[in-house]
Amino acid sequence: MDLGALGKEYEDQEVICRQGEAGNFMYVVQSGRAVVTHEDGGAESVVGNLAPGDVFGEMAIFDRQPRSATVRAMGSARILTLDKRAFLRRVHEDPTLAFRILERMSQRIRSLNEEVSRLKRP
Amino acid sequence: MSLTLEDGSRVAVIGGGPAGSMFAYFLLTFAQKMDLDVGVDIYEPRDFAKPGPGGCNMCGGIVSESLVQMLAVEGIELPATVVQRGIDSYFLHTERSSVRIDTPLKEKRIAAVHRGGGPRDVTEVEWGGLDGHLLGLAQGLGASVIPARISEVGSDGGRPQVLLKDGAETYDLLVGATGVNSSGWELFESLGLRYRRPKTTKAYITELNVGYETITQHFGSSMHIFLLNLPRLDCAAIIPKGNYLTVCLLGEDIDRELINAFFESAAVKRCFPGGFNPEQGACHCSPKINVREAARPFIDRVVLVGDCGVTRLYKDGIGAAYRTAKAAARTVAFAGFSAGDFQKHYWPTYRSIAGDNRFGWFTFAVVHWIKALGPLVRGVVKMTAREQTSPGAAQRMSIVLWDMFTGSAPYRDVFVRTLDPRFLGRFAWESALAIGGGRSNGKES
Repeated sequence: MDLGALGKEYEDQEVICRQGEAGNFMYVVQSGRAVVTHEDGGAESVVGNLAPGDVFGEMAIFDRQPRSATVRAMGSARILTLDKRAFLRRVHEDPTLAFRILERMSQRIRSLNEEVSRLKRP
Repeated sequence: MSLTLEDGSRVAVIGGGPAGSMFAYFLLTFAQKMDLDVGVDIYEPRDFAKPGPGGCNMCGGIVSESLVQMLAVEGIELPATVVQRGIDSYFLHTERSSVRIDTPLKEKRIAAVHRGGGPRDVTEVEWGGLDGHLLGLAQGLGASVIPARISEVGSDGGRPQVLLKDGAETYDLLVGATGVNSSGWELFESLGLRYRRPKTTKAYITELNVGYETITQHFGSSMHIFLLNLPRLDCAAIIPKGNYLTVCLLGEDIDRELINAFFESAAVKRCFPGGFNPEQGACHCSPKINVREAARPFIDRVVLVGDCGVTRLYKDGIGAAYRTAKAAARTVAFAGFSAGDFQKHYWPTYRSIAGDNRFGWFTFAVVHWIKALGPLVRGVVKMTAREQTSPGAAQRMSIVLWDMFTGSAPYRDVFVRTLDPRFLGRFAWESALAIGGGRSNGKES
C-alpha cells in the first residue's frame, strides 16, 4: 500500500529543515516520526517530537524569521511540503484554514508554560 | 425571523459526494467550536463501497497538488488505503515525442483515487473510494447518512422540506450538492431557485484493467497528458491507479469517433507495451461536466455547493467542491443562511472560481491553436525538455504546463506567467528552431 503514500520519504536522521535557514515551506508529517532540536552555543537539545498529522515549519512562514529549530526524521518518515505563497493566498481567501495551526500553536504554548513553570519552581 | 445557526438547527444536504460531505464536515467542525448542537442529514442513495456505476461519481479521480496540501493543513488525511498511487511527475505526449516533468520538490504531491469501490470488473476491492472516505469523516463528526434518493421537496411555513416515502422532514437550511448528473436542479427550482442552470458538456472516462506490474513499468507514478491535434479534444489524460488506468477525454461532446482517434494515435500506442491494444474498458461512462456556472446559487435557506453550481473548468473539480463547500459552511456557521449572507460571504468564492474559468477558456483556446501548428508543439516540447535536463534552468514552460494540466494553480496565474517576455522569447526561439529544423539541446524521450 506504500504506492499511495504522499510526500517525500526521509531516512533515519535525515534533516528535513535546518535551524537558521530561511523558511519558504511548512510541512505536514504523513507517516513516521520526527524530532525537533534546538542548538544554542554548540549544545543541541531536543525540544519536541512530531507524529503523523503534525504541522511544523509554520513559524518561519508567519514571522519571516530564520528557522528556529532543526527537524530530523526518526526512523523512516514521510513528509509533505506546503508552499508558503499558496498557503498564504488560501488563508487570505479562507482565514479558517489557520484554525488548526492556531490550535497546535496554542497547545505548544500551554506545554511551554508548564515547562517554564516547572523550571522556575524552587 | 432570524436566519442564523442555533442550538437544534437542522440542515439537509442533498448528495453525499465530496461537496456534500465536506460541507457537512466543516459545518459540524465550526458548530463544535461555537458550542452549537446542529443536526446534519446527508441524503445519499449510493453505496460508495460498491464497485461499478452504482457506487461511483464518474470522475477522473485526481486530488490536485493544491488540494492535497490544503487537506493536510485541515487535518484531513488521505490514507494509502484510499490513495491508489501518489503522483510525482507527468509526461507530456505529442504525436512525435514525449517529455517528463517532475514536481519541483520531487515529491508525491498528487493523489490518484477511485471515487467509488472501483470499476465494475474489479475482482477484489483493495482500496476504498474517496467519496466513501469523506462521507465517513462527516459521519464521524455526527452527520447522519440517509440512504434515500430525494425526488421531491417542498416548503413548510417558509422552511425547506424534504419529502420522503414515509413522511416529510423540515429543515432550517437545504444544501444542494447533487452534481450535474442528476435531476437536482428540478428540486432546487421547485424551492424557488429559478436562475440559469449550469451549462454542461460530455466527457468520456474509461477504466483499463491493465494490472499493477504493467502500470508500474510503463506508466510509473506519472500522469500522462496528451497534446494531440484532434478536433474537439481539449485535454486527454491517462492516470495510473493501483491495477487500473483511468483514461479521461475532455472537450466538446466527446463521441465514439474521437475516442477511437485517441486510442489509435501514435502517442497513446507508444505508452503501452508492444502488442497491447488499448481500447475501451469494461467500465466506461460519459458524464456531464459543468463548463459554465449556474447564475445564482442561493436564496434564503437554500445554497448550492460543488459542481451543481460551479466547478473549475476541466481540472480540480474536487478542489472546487472543497472551496465552495467550505465557503458555504463558513457562511452558515459564522454569518447566517439568508440570501444576503450568502451574497456577502459565499458569492466571492463562487465568483472567483467562475471568473478564473474565463482565463481557462482562453488558455485552452490558445492550446488548441498551438496543437494545430506543428512547430509550436515542437517548441513546447523542446523548451520543456531543455528546462528538465538543464540543472538550475528557469522552469518557465514546465511550470505553466504543470499548473495548467494538473490544476495546481488558478488559470489566471497560468495566463499571467505566459505573458512574461522571457517565456515568450524562449518559446518563440524554440519554435523558430523547430521551423528551421535547427538543433536543440533539449532531450526528449
